[in-house]
Amino acid sequence: MENRMNVSVSPHIRGTMSTSNIMRLVVLALLPAAGFGIYNFGIRALYHMLVCIVTCVLTEFTFEAFADRPVAAGDFSSVVTGLLLAMSLPVNAPLWIGFAGSLFAVLVVKMFFGGIGQNIVNPALAGRCFLLISFAKHMTNFTCDAYTGPTPLEALKLGEEVDPLFLIMGSTGGSIGETSAVAILIGAILLLAFGIINLRIPASCFLVFTGMLIFLGGRGFDDIYLVQELCSGGLMLAFWFMATDYTTSPITKRGQVLYGALIGVLAALFRLYGSASEGVSYAILLANLLTPIIEKMTIPRAFGRRR
Amino acid sequence: MAHSTFKGGIHPHKRKRFTREKPIREYYPKGELVYPVSQHIGGPAVPVVKVGDRVLKGQVIAKADGYISVPIHASVSGTVKAIEPRLTVSGNKVLSIVVENDNQYERMPIEPFQPWQELEPGERILQIQKAGVVGMGGAGFPTHVKLAVKNPKKIRAVIVNCSECEPYLTSDYRRMVENPEWLVMGLKMILSLFERAVGIFAIEDSKRDAITALQLASGKESRMEVKVLETKYPQGSERMLIYACTGKEINSSMLPADAGCIVHNVDTVCAIYQALAFRRPLTERVVTVTGKALVNPCNFNVPIGTSFAELIDAAGGYLVEPKKYVSGGPMMGISLFDLNVPVVKTSSALLCMTKDDAARFRPCACIRCGSCVEACPEGLIPAKLADLAEHFQEEQFRDLYGMECLECGSCSFVCPARRHLTQSIRAMRRSLLAKGKR
Repeated sequence: MENRMNVSVSPHIRGTMSTSNIMRLVVLALLPAAGFGIYNFGIRALYHMLVCIVTCVLTEFTFEAFADRPVAAGDFSSVVTGLLLAMSLPVNAPLWIGFAGSLFAVLVVKMFFGGIGQNIVNPALAGRCFLLISFAKHMTNFTCDAYTGPTPLEALKLGEEVDPLFLIMGSTGGSIGETSAVAILIGAILLLAFGIINLRIPASCFLVFTGMLIFLGGRGFDDIYLVQELCSGGLMLAFWFMATDYTTSPITKRGQVLYGALIGVLAALFRLYGSASEGVSYAILLANLLTPIIEKMTIPRAFGRRR
Repeated sequence: MAHSTFKGGIHPHKRKRFTREKPIREYYPKGELVYPVSQHIGGPAVPVVKVGDRVLKGQVIAKADGYISVPIHASVSGTVKAIEPRLTVSGNKVLSIVVENDNQYERMPIEPFQPWQELEPGERILQIQKAGVVGMGGAGFPTHVKLAVKNPKKIRAVIVNCSECEPYLTSDYRRMVENPEWLVMGLKMILSLFERAVGIFAIEDSKRDAITALQLASGKESRMEVKVLETKYPQGSERMLIYACTGKEINSSMLPADAGCIVHNVDTVCAIYQALAFRRPLTERVVTVTGKALVNPCNFNVPIGTSFAELIDAAGGYLVEPKKYVSGGPMMGISLFDLNVPVVKTSSALLCMTKDDAARFRPCACIRCGSCVEACPEGLIPAKLADLAEHFQEEQFRDLYGMECLECGSCSFVCPARRHLTQSIRAMRRSLLAKGKR
């Protein structure tokens, strides 16, 4: 037969969304915050991003080529990892820091566990925490040409006041991509509009975190204080872009709400009572580890079945 | 107000424009007609003619074998050429009666009969069986069995499934627009069996002309209503439809009657009408012949037994080389490797897809995005079920309600990693069903 027919079982049509489309859209959604980072901190921020992205993609490619696995390095997931990692670095850290973090994130956290979809914790976050523990001096030095003195979050921890307007706009010190709440929110709206994330995880994170602060923060319902807490540090970036990571968050709907709540509780506890100024990263990492058990606890009821 | 619907589901492209505005045309077959004895769920019919016999249109050529079975009637007049296994849509060879068409279309004379209103309910149901009526939406369950519920008083709603949610298909839509009065009469006949039931035409909000037509035709009927539902796939699934219309949920081990409902397909209701009003057996059905590959996609009224291959010519032949043939819709239809198979009672469409439509994708790793969970109308976790199916984990597959799957294809459709979710789950379900484990 000349023209061989395609015979398969149904369904015979597919939707248009693919893994690489999703990852490309996530990169697009990260661009406002990344762009603001470059504007705020200068061209060195861009170098960090390039180092991280190139290292991540090349690491994945090299591993796949050598391990004789199908090459999936072109699916943009490593670009997302690299960009997120770069955005959580202080701008004056040496460039090799990004290289080391990327190598750890992709090689150890992602590829050693089986590649895309198999990692148990978020690679970018794990990379950041690896750097934070290993190279604490570089990772906590936020002074740069534009800003000296403590970051807003450090200032808050010391009991100082920070102008919330600066926090919302992002003209403050801190990691490259975390300073501008507005830029991150634009990205978040893009993610929601493209249907890549839904509100279950972020809404549950924010509500529970805010609730915890109101009850335990010692200042009650103080809107200035809440805005300061919500817009400082890496919280915005982490809640919108890292907590919503597909692979490391539960797949069940109720599980997602529970997972978000857990992050909210842990993040608030770490911030209020922890010794470090930032605790959101560790909160998400811990919740990542609990994802399998959350999923097991929240198997949905099938249609027409009693629980 | 938002229209009623169910949770989950997907919005595939509709592609109905090919045939939406094409009125139903009669098709007269040119070649031989093939009647498989098994076109329904239940006992295969038993041939009652011999090779060489002359048969008339509407004559019984195979009789029902037992209660869950229906007879099969000749759809043309002609001579029985052979009784032998022939290839069918499913890819199996099934014992079939082959009739050479004499192009006379001589009808079997119909004896004088009482109007349907004067018959006992049991007699009405018997006439429906005698006419060979089965569910024409795809399952092919004998209609008389569905109607003969133990306690007719418990049936509160008779739902006519007008949703036709599969892309491409327009056969039901054309029926609703062209012959809404048949549907109203058919539903009236069914309602006569269930004194406490209301009749519901459940229809998607995108089919505006059909909604208007049905509203006009049923305006005087106090026991009927037209219920407009959200346009979403798989709205036409029996369980989703009952939920959208009544808010009641049924699972795989329940029947619609357990929720006080009876659901019938559009063509089935028309066949009931023909059977009771005119004693006309089911010998033809509307088939949408469509797809980008065809010159002139059409809706045909086709005698059962006609070869699919003939319908390609009737639709003007190929515009471009087709790459995939599907009997039925693209979400749940069966792809064919040979077009020399007959149209049967459950064939709603012949779809000729081009290379682009029938795109093949290489599946890659699950990224756990949860799209399948959002899409599943049954509230399952398709990604997990497919994993379990691929590893033959029968127990866990059943614990996660794998047997509830409708095989509607929504999860595979949305999967960005292009995994064969429905396919793996289906394979597991079939193997478990074959072992008798539910």
